[in-house]
Amino acid sequence: MGTALVGYSMPIFWWGLLLIILFSGVLHWTPVSGRIDVRYFFKPTTGLMLIDSILSGQKGAFRSVVSHLILPTIVLGTIPLAVIARQTRSAMLEVMGEDYVRTARAKGLRSFRVVGIHALRNALIPVVTTIGLQVGTLLAGAILTETIFAWPGIGKWLVDAIFKRDYVVVQSSLLLVALIVMAVNLIVDVLYAVINPRIRVQ
Amino acid sequence: MAETTEIAPIISTKRFAGLSEFWHYFAQSRGAVLGLIIFVLLILVALFAPWISPHDPVEQYKQFFLLPPSWATGGNPDFLLGTDPVGRDILSRLIYGSRFSLLIGAFVVALSVVGGITLGVLAGYFRGWVDVAIMRIMDLILAFPPLLLALVLVTILGPGLINAMIAIAITLQPYFARLVRAAVMAEKSREYVTSAKLAGAGHLRLMVMTILPNCLAPLIVQATLSFSDAILNAAALGFLGLGAQPPTPEWGTMLANSREFIQRAPWVVTFPGLCILVTVLAINLIGDGLRDALDPKLKRS
Repeated sequence: MGTALVGYSMPIFWWGLLLIILFSGVLHWTPVSGRIDVRYFFKPTTGLMLIDSILSGQKGAFRSVVSHLILPTIVLGTIPLAVIARQTRSAMLEVMGEDYVRTARAKGLRSFRVVGIHALRNALIPVVTTIGLQVGTLLAGAILTETIFAWPGIGKWLVDAIFKRDYVVVQSSLLLVALIVMAVNLIVDVLYAVINPRIRVQ
Repeated sequence: MAETTEIAPIISTKRFAGLSEFWHYFAQSRGAVLGLIIFVLLILVALFAPWISPHDPVEQYKQFFLLPPSWATGGNPDFLLGTDPVGRDILSRLIYGSRFSLLIGAFVVALSVVGGITLGVLAGYFRGWVDVAIMRIMDLILAFPPLLLALVLVTILGPGLINAMIAIAITLQPYFARLVRAAVMAEKSREYVTSAKLAGAGHLRLMVMTILPNCLAPLIVQATLSFSDAILNAAALGFLGLGAQPPTPEWGTMLANSREFIQRAPWVVTFPGLCILVTVLAINLIGDGLRDALDPKLKRS
């Protein structure tokens, strides 16, 4: 849990720079920024680089897209990972003391089944809430991550618009983000019923 | 007469016992104590910055730009952690930067606690349309990710450290309002509130003197966690160029100004971020310890 707390406290813009120094600067494993190597070019068909690179049929294009994705994914995922891990831990601690967990153990089930199915499923409700809330963190983190990795997403679009004083873009992207956050929260509410059948009855 | 003199020491030992009980639970988590030590050290560094720092934080030593740390090859023992792209001593800037980070945290938390408590108590005490009006506005603020809303608010207010702090305080304040509202609603129906009401206490006295002191425990924990959030968000705004403006030695701003040198001079980027991480981590450790110590439900007996 020490790792989770460090991840939770991480300034992700610095974390991104640090990973660039290590993996791009020293080890040369991954590219520094952008979505794809300049050697490849194809017209977008779906807009999703991963699929487009396969459709284009160019050799190595898909590999290049994936390698451009690795660092931004790690950076953006760090804080949600830490938050979800902390929440899952506390939910699991609560559930592991319940009677049905003892019953499951007494029946002689293997500990993987007890922990993974009996306990985890009951601990999931607060975890799913947390995952839903992380979408907001993710979209805010996208601003920083996209700025560092020159990723042409909504976050970079917003920051560029702020510096160009393009207020229409600022307003609309803010509205879009708020809509996404609300939509995800609605989906989370629906998911409760899927996870816990008791909620469906009420 | 003899009785009153006896009572006084009993009260004082009781108060002391409460504090020592709190410390007992707080000290059970070694991380929390470590966080507290780091935090106290940080406050000392911030207080005595002019005496500790070897150089002036904004003075440019033109012949020494992008100097590596003193232990690396080409380092100068005069500049312990090296110099930045325009020849300023990084260690001195970091030491002065601790002042800004603590100031940001304290100011933002004070502002959002005052705002949140006021709105939360009003909403929880009066209920009805006051509650609906306040809480819907809070929901509105919560629909936006904090950093994003702060970013847009700073765009409206104009970049700068003060505006960044105000913007962050606005985004953090709904959490306090919600917390206080829930606590006030739970406390309001208790007997001691009714008895105070019967004794003739007015609305203001009931709200501030009777109910509020009993809602403090969750507030303290939330305030600690908001302190670290504020520092992180202010650094992020500084990094995007919308927080503290150069040459202010704020850690996030320092990172932003040295971004193009990450390949050539990694130390310029490494140290400010490390400072942010250590500070935020220390405060979060304290927050976790406080939660364990103050929340009776989580107390490990």
